[in-house]
Amino acid sequence: MPDNSAIVHDAQESASAANNANGANSAHLEHPSYLRHHFNSTEQQADTSNFAMWLFLLTEVMFFGGLFTAYLIYRNWYYPAFVAGSHQLNVIWGALNTVVLIASSFTMAMGVWCAETRRRKGLVLSLTLTFILGLCFLGIKTIEYREKFEKHHVPGAHYSLQSFVDPTSDPDIFKEYHDKPLPLDMARHTEIYFSLYFAMTGMHALHMIIGIGILGFMIYRARAGAYTSGHVTFVENFGLYWHFVDIVWIYLFALLYLISRHQ
Amino acid sequence: MSEQTKHAEHEHHIVGPMVYVAILLALLVGTALTVWASFLELGPWNPIIALAIATAKATLVVLFFMHVKYSTKLTKLTVVAGIFTFLILVSMTLADYISRAWGSW
Repeated sequence: MPDNSAIVHDAQESASAANNANGANSAHLEHPSYLRHHFNSTEQQADTSNFAMWLFLLTEVMFFGGLFTAYLIYRNWYYPAFVAGSHQLNVIWGALNTVVLIASSFTMAMGVWCAETRRRKGLVLSLTLTFILGLCFLGIKTIEYREKFEKHHVPGAHYSLQSFVDPTSDPDIFKEYHDKPLPLDMARHTEIYFSLYFAMTGMHALHMIIGIGILGFMIYRARAGAYTSGHVTFVENFGLYWHFVDIVWIYLFALLYLISRHQ
Repeated sequence: MSEQTKHAEHEHHIVGPMVYVAILLALLVGTALTVWASFLELGPWNPIIALAIATAKATLVVLFFMHVKYSTKLTKLTVVAGIFTFLILVSMTLADYISRAWGSW
């Protein structure tokens, strides 16, 4: 494909160069093969795909925004239940996962820089580190989810109110927070907290899983020399996606783990 | 013609590793700070501080890791318009709930 399209490009470009008296345009005669026909320049092409990626991210903002709004409203309605539910989360795991995800955003940013400066080995290393850190995040999340399953804090038929109607039965949590028992009707609303907890962290984890899959594909391609010959759009746009997922977690960490510790 | 001169002006800006290291450190400090603040008893200020630090961290990520500081005006406008629309949707939803029989469900 590159050879044929180069010939077509050349023909078109000499025609347009003839129309265009401006000498600056003669540089277009030798433009890279990845420049699509409907763009004037590689800059225009890059700006266009950057704009499109941001539009996609805005739909993601609205998607997670709906979940955040639901959390905001329910937390204010069933405040004691949301505080008690939040006390079940371990701040240390949450903070560790925040650090892991921030580190993965850093390695991803370094990957974009390596692609831009045409460092193949650096790119493969950066993407691989991002891949590994992404898996670490999911591993820690699995440890947390496992505990929720063991305590029957997963919404559904086997949901248990034990920790909330009788906090002393859950000594690890009780010795840290000294929660008072909740009345049964309020205790039942902790299930809403955990529904939102699993919906929000689950959708976030799904984004991570998709991202890790794409990272695997990119590592495979980068080893063969892709992205380091000038055409970095794919790596850049994936970087935007990965950083967006990081931002969602920054807010999830604050809202789910941190803000209810003293209530 | 002016379009093309403009394009030549904003050549693709490459953000260097030192900027990324600085942002990484700032984000780690922010994380330590927000965890530390959550151990203090600050009443209504706890959520406010947590969300303020989270917003500061998110802003750093958007501006530097996501290169918005060095992007075209179109991208900047897109990001700001998105955040603005999101805030409008949240506040209209809240206004609706608050102005009805709050909490009597």
